[in-house]
Amino acid sequence: MSTAGFNSQNGTGTAQTYTNGPSQNPVALQQPPGLGYGMNHQPAYHPMQAKGPVPPGPGIHTFGQYQPTPPVSSYQPGPQLSSYPSAPGQPMLSRPQMGGHPPNTPPQSASPVPRFPPAQATPPPPSTSYYSNPPQPVAPAWQYNAAPPAMGPASPLSTPPRGPVPNHVNPAASLAAPLPPASAPFSSAPPPHLSHSAAQPSGPGAPPTSIHGYPQPGSAPPPMNPLAPHTYQPNRPAYGPPPTGPPPAMKATPPPTGPPVTSGTPPPPKADAGPTQPGPPGRHLGHYPSLPPGYQNTSAPPGASGFHPSVQAAQQPYTQGPQPYQQPPGGPGPAQLSPSLAAMSLQSNTPEALRVVNLLQDRNLLPPTPVPAPTPCLTQDLQKLNCSPEVFRCTLTSIPQTQSLLNKAKLPLGLQLHPFKDLSQLPVVTSSTIVRCRSCRTYINPFVSFLDQRRWKCNLCYRVNDVPEEFMYNPVSRSYGEPHKRPEVQNATIEFIAPSEYMLRPPQPAVYLFVLDVSHNAVETGYLNVFCQSMLENINALPGDSRTKVGFITFDSTIHFYNLQEGLSQPQMLIVSDIEDIFLPTPDSLLVNLNESKELVQDLLKSLPNLFEKTMETQSALGAALQAAFKLLSPTGGRMSVFQTQLPNLGAGALQSREDPNQRASAKDVQHLSPATDFYKKLALDCSGQQVAVDLFLLSAQYCDLASLGCISRYSAGSVYYYPSYHHQHNPAQVERFQRDLKRYLTRKIGFEAVMRIRCTKGLSIHTFHGNFFVRSTDLLSLPNVNPDAGFAVQMSIEENLDDMQVVSFQAALLYTSSKGERRIRVHTMCLPVVNSLSDVFAGADVQAITGLLACMAVDRSVTASLSDARDAMTNAAIDSLSSYRQSVLTIQQPGLLAPACLRLFPLYILALLKQKAFRTGTSTRLDDRVFAMYQLKYQPLAFAMLMIHPSLYRVDDLSDEGALNVNDRTIPQPRVLQLSVEKLSREGAFLMDAGLVMYLWIGRNCQPNFLSQVLGVPNYSAVPEKMDILPELDTAESQRTRAFIGWLRDQRPFFPSLHIIRDESQLKPIFMQNMIEDRTESALSYYEFLLHLQQQISK
Amino acid sequence: MAFTFAAFCYMLTLVLCAGLIFFVIWQIIAFDELRTDFKNPIDQSNPTRARERILNIERICNLLRKLVVPEYSIHGLFCLMFMCAGEWVTLGLNIPLLFYHLWRFFHRPADGSEVMYDPVSVMNADILNYCQKESWCKLGFYLLSFFYYLYSMVYALVSF
Repeated sequence: MSTAGFNSQNGTGTAQTYTNGPSQNPVALQQPPGLGYGMNHQPAYHPMQAKGPVPPGPGIHTFGQYQPTPPVSSYQPGPQLSSYPSAPGQPMLSRPQMGGHPPNTPPQSASPVPRFPPAQATPPPPSTSYYSNPPQPVAPAWQYNAAPPAMGPASPLSTPPRGPVPNHVNPAASLAAPLPPASAPFSSAPPPHLSHSAAQPSGPGAPPTSIHGYPQPGSAPPPMNPLAPHTYQPNRPAYGPPPTGPPPAMKATPPPTGPPVTSGTPPPPKADAGPTQPGPPGRHLGHYPSLPPGYQNTSAPPGASGFHPSVQAAQQPYTQGPQPYQQPPGGPGPAQLSPSLAAMSLQSNTPEALRVVNLLQDRNLLPPTPVPAPTPCLTQDLQKLNCSPEVFRCTLTSIPQTQSLLNKAKLPLGLQLHPFKDLSQLPVVTSSTIVRCRSCRTYINPFVSFLDQRRWKCNLCYRVNDVPEEFMYNPVSRSYGEPHKRPEVQNATIEFIAPSEYMLRPPQPAVYLFVLDVSHNAVETGYLNVFCQSMLENINALPGDSRTKVGFITFDSTIHFYNLQEGLSQPQMLIVSDIEDIFLPTPDSLLVNLNESKELVQDLLKSLPNLFEKTMETQSALGAALQAAFKLLSPTGGRMSVFQTQLPNLGAGALQSREDPNQRASAKDVQHLSPATDFYKKLALDCSGQQVAVDLFLLSAQYCDLASLGCISRYSAGSVYYYPSYHHQHNPAQVERFQRDLKRYLTRKIGFEAVMRIRCTKGLSIHTFHGNFFVRSTDLLSLPNVNPDAGFAVQMSIEENLDDMQVVSFQAALLYTSSKGERRIRVHTMCLPVVNSLSDVFAGADVQAITGLLACMAVDRSVTASLSDARDAMTNAAIDSLSSYRQSVLTIQQPGLLAPACLRLFPLYILALLKQKAFRTGTSTRLDDRVFAMYQLKYQPLAFAMLMIHPSLYRVDDLSDEGALNVNDRTIPQPRVLQLSVEKLSREGAFLMDAGLVMYLWIGRNCQPNFLSQVLGVPNYSAVPEKMDILPELDTAESQRTRAFIGWLRDQRPFFPSLHIIRDESQLKPIFMQNMIEDRTESALSYYEFLLHLQQQISK
Repeated sequence: MAFTFAAFCYMLTLVLCAGLIFFVIWQIIAFDELRTDFKNPIDQSNPTRARERILNIERICNLLRKLVVPEYSIHGLFCLMFMCAGEWVTLGLNIPLLFYHLWRFFHRPADGSEVMYDPVSVMNADILNYCQKESWCKLGFYLLSFFYYLYSMVYALVSF
C-alpha cells in the first residue's frame, strides 16, 4: 500500500518504477511479417521477448508473428486466466524492467517514421534532453509510454525528460490554464497579438500579462504559478546550469506548436531558445502593434530575469499556493497544467501558435519538414500518457467550452482515427475482468481519477466505480494496492485479451475468399498471373491459424466454383450458368482448410492463368458472383477479395456507362457521383450482417462505375484498390504497384467480426462518421473486417456546456477477433484540455486534421448536394474561420490577410483540396479517378490523406548526408520540402514529387550530368527514356542516396507508390504540373489569387 | 346548418389527419427503436447480433420509406381540397408544409429506389436527430390542425 502521492493518481506523477515497466515490458512487437513499414525495429526488445517466459496461456502475443499459442484457449479461459498471480507463469507484464534503458532518445532518432528534422540531430544542448520525450508528436514508437517517469529521481540524467515534475506533482498541476510566470494565463489569453509578441526575445511590449486571467471557472484550483520555482529547483542540478532557467518549465510540451517547428523536435525548445535563436522561418516580428500601456510593464521581466523561477516567485503573489494545496479528491486532477507549462505558454506557446501571420506578405510559410501534429496544451504528465497523434487526433487540440464558442470559431470539431495501426509497441493485458465504468462502459484508462484506493471516477461520465479486487494487484511491480500503476492506467493505447463474456460464439476462423474476373478483358490485362504468383508466394504468410480457410470463385458470364476438398487429385471446376438464381453446387467443399488442402490450392493457382487464356467471353456477371460468394461466406464470415476489370453488364447489379468523356472537363457540375443502383449497397449490408468484408480491386482501363461498385466495400468495411489502365505489358509501373499492394494486402494483420465504439466525455456527442463501415448504432461502427490501413474520421458537436471541466477525453475501443481466433480489445484514449476563449481555440487548431475532416465532409457534400456546393463549402470554411479570427481574436485591425500561425497553411490546404482530383473542376478528370480520390480521402489515415491533398516536393539532385536519418544502417537523406510552385523548380535540378499513391521524378532539361549518369544511368538528358518507372540500381553514392530516400518514403506507407521519371516532354508532365498547387492554371486560381479572393470575402 | 363542400372537406381531412397522426407516431416510435440498441453493450458488440440488428435497421427504414409517399400525398390532397373549397386561410396554413414536403422529396439521396431514410446513413446521429425532430414537429402540427379542422368543420356546419 504505497499510497504516497496517491492523489496524483493518474500515475504519472507518482508513477515510480512502474512506468518503465508496462510501457516497455508488456510490449508486443507488432509487425506484420516481412513488412515493417513505418515501424522501427527495436531490436533491443527482441531478446527480451523471447526471454519472457512465454506462457501458453494468456500471454503476450506478438501480433504480427505469432508465437504459437493455442488459438482456442482464448475464448475458454481456463482457470489460468484468473488475474495476475505473481507466478512466473504469467508473463503478461513480466518482462524485466528495462531500467535505465531510455527508449525515448536513442531509438527515436533512428526511427523511420517521423521525419526528424535535421534540427533534431543537433539539438540545443541542455534543453534537448529535456524535451526529448514529451513532444514526440510523431514518434512512432510511442515513446511517451515508455518514458520512464519514475526514473527521474533515480537517475535524473538518464531521464532528463521529466525529472522534477513527478515529485511534486499533485496539486501543482492543477491548472488547466497554464500560468505563465508572467502571469498571463494561457487560456484566458489576452489579445493574441500581444501574446505573440512575447515570442520576441526582448520584445518591448511583449508578454501580455494577463491581468484578466483566470476566469477558470469551475473547480480549478487557483492559479499557482509559484509552483514552478519550488518544483523544479530541487532537480535543477541534474540538468546542468540553471541559466537556462526557462527550459525546465517548458518541458511541458507546449501547445500546438507553430508549424515551423520541425516535426521531431518538440516545439518548446524553440521557444525558449527564442532569445538566441530567431526562430522558425517566416517569423515576422515587425508588424506588431505596440501594446497598450497596461501590458507593457510586465514585459520587462521576461526578457531578463523573467524566466528565472526565483524571480518569478518573487513576482507572483500566490507563490506559495501550490505546495500546500492538495488536489481535491474528485478534482480534475489530470487536467491541470503544470506550472512549467504555464511558463511556457507565455513565452513560446501562445506566441507561436497565435502569432499573427500576414499571408499576403509571408510567402514561405511551408515548413521545410513535414508538418507535425500540434501538442495539446496539457500538463506534461498527462501529455506523456496521451495517445499518439498518429492514432488519435482532434481537429481542435483545445476543445471549446460551449457550442457557441465553437460556432464562433467556425472550425470543424472532429477526430481523426487510425485505430488498428501497426504499432511497434503495444502493451497487451490478459485479465479475467476488464475494468470498465459501470454506467458508460468506458474502459479504465490513464485519465480516470482515483478517489482512493478502492474507487475510481470515470473520466467520461463521472460515475464513481469500485476498483475490483484483482485490479489492486500490480503485476508489473508485483505489489498490492497500487491500482493507479497498473498498465491499464499507464498506457493510453492498450490491448486486452477478452475473457469469454465478450463472445457468444466461438471466434471465427480466418476465412479468405477470392473472387476473380476471368472474362476476356481480364485475361487481356494479365493480372491473373500476378495474382496467382503473389498468392503462391504468400500463401504461408496469410494471417491465420490451423483453422484458416480459403476458397476461389471465378466468373465471366457464368460463375465457376472450385472444389478443393482434401483427397481430390486435382481441383475440380464447377460451373453454374444460372446467374439469375445462384446456388452453391457443393457448399461444403468450396471453402477448404488451407493447411489440409494446400497442395490443391497451389495446383489451382498454378493452373488458373492458363485455364482461361483463350476465353472469348466478354460479359461480366459480377453481381451474381458476389451473391454466390456471399452465400459461401455467410455461415462463417470472413474476407472476400474481388478482382474486377470491367463494368459488370450481366445479371443482377448490371451497370451502364454513365460517363460522358466530353463532359469530363466541363466546368459545370459533375454528375453521377452517387451510386446508380442500390444493389451493391444492399449486398454490402447483408455482408456486414454476416461479418463478411468485401475488398475491391479494380483494374480497368475503361469506366467501371466505381461510384456504384465501391458501395460494396464501403459499407462492409472493406478497402478499394484502383489500378487505372492496368496492363501487364503496357503499364509495368501499375503491375509493380499491384504486386506490392497485393503482398501487403495478403500478409497484413487482420481483425475479424470487429466493432468499434467511440465514446467521449459527457457533453460532447459524435454525430457523423467517415470511412468504410456500417453505422450500427449511434456510436457503434460495425466492421466485419478491420485492417491496419484503415482510417476513420468523426464529427462532433458540443451538446452541453463543458463548464466545469478541465479536460475531456475520447476513447475508441475496437473489439475484434484476431486471425488466431482470440477476441481482443484495443483501446485508445485521448485527453484534451477545455478552453473558454476564442484565441485558445484557435491556438489549438490542428490544421492538418481540420483539412482532413473538411475533405471528408466535402466528399459527403458533393454526393448529397453537388460538387460545386462542396467546393464553395470548403472555400467558405477558410473564409469563415479567418474572418472570425480577425473579428473576434485580433483586437487591432491590420491590413492584409491575417491568420494565426497554427492556421497559416489553412488556405494553402484548402486550395490544394480544390485542386485535388476529387474536387477539381475544369480539368479533365475521369469519373472513376475522381470517385477513387474521394474514397481515398475518406479512407486513408490522415498522414497519407495529407500527402494526397498536398504532395511533397523535394529537390533530389543534390542530396547530401547532412541531417540525414539513420535507419537500420541505411542513411536516409532528408531534403527540404519545397513549395509546390514552378518557381521552385530549376532546369538544373531533379525534383521528386511525392503525391501519396504516386511519385514523380522530374528531370530538368539542364540537369547536372552527374546526376543523370550516377543516378539514372544515362549519359545525357536526351537519353532519358520517355517512359521510365524504375531507378536503376547503380553502385554510386548518389544512386544509393536517392534510392534510399525513395525507398524510405515508400516504406512509410502501407501502399506502394509507383515512381514515374518524367522529362519536359513526357506525357505525364501535365499531371506533374497539375500538382503545382500554388500556380495558376487555366481553370483554377493561383495561391496568391486565392488569398486575395479570401481577403476580399473577409473584408466584405 | 348546412352541409357545404367545405364542411365535407373538413370532415374528410379530419379523418385523414387522424391517420397522419398515427403515421407520425409510428415514425417516432421507429426512430426511437433505431436509436435504442441492445441494452447490454457486450451483446451489442456481439457478432451474432449484428445480422439481427442490421436486418432490423433495414426493415425499419423500409417501412419508413413506404410511409413517405402516402403521407406526402395525403397532405397534398388536403391542400388540393382546401383550394377547391376556397378555404384560403386553411390552405395558407398548410402551404409551408407542402413546400417542405416537396423539397424533402426532391432532395432525397440520388440513388435509384431510395427515398430518404437510407439504412447506411440513418444511424448517423445528426440525421437521426433531424428525423426525430422533424417527426415531433409534424406531430405537433397535425395535432393542432386536427383540432383546427374539427373546429372549422363544426363552424362550417353551423354557420350557414
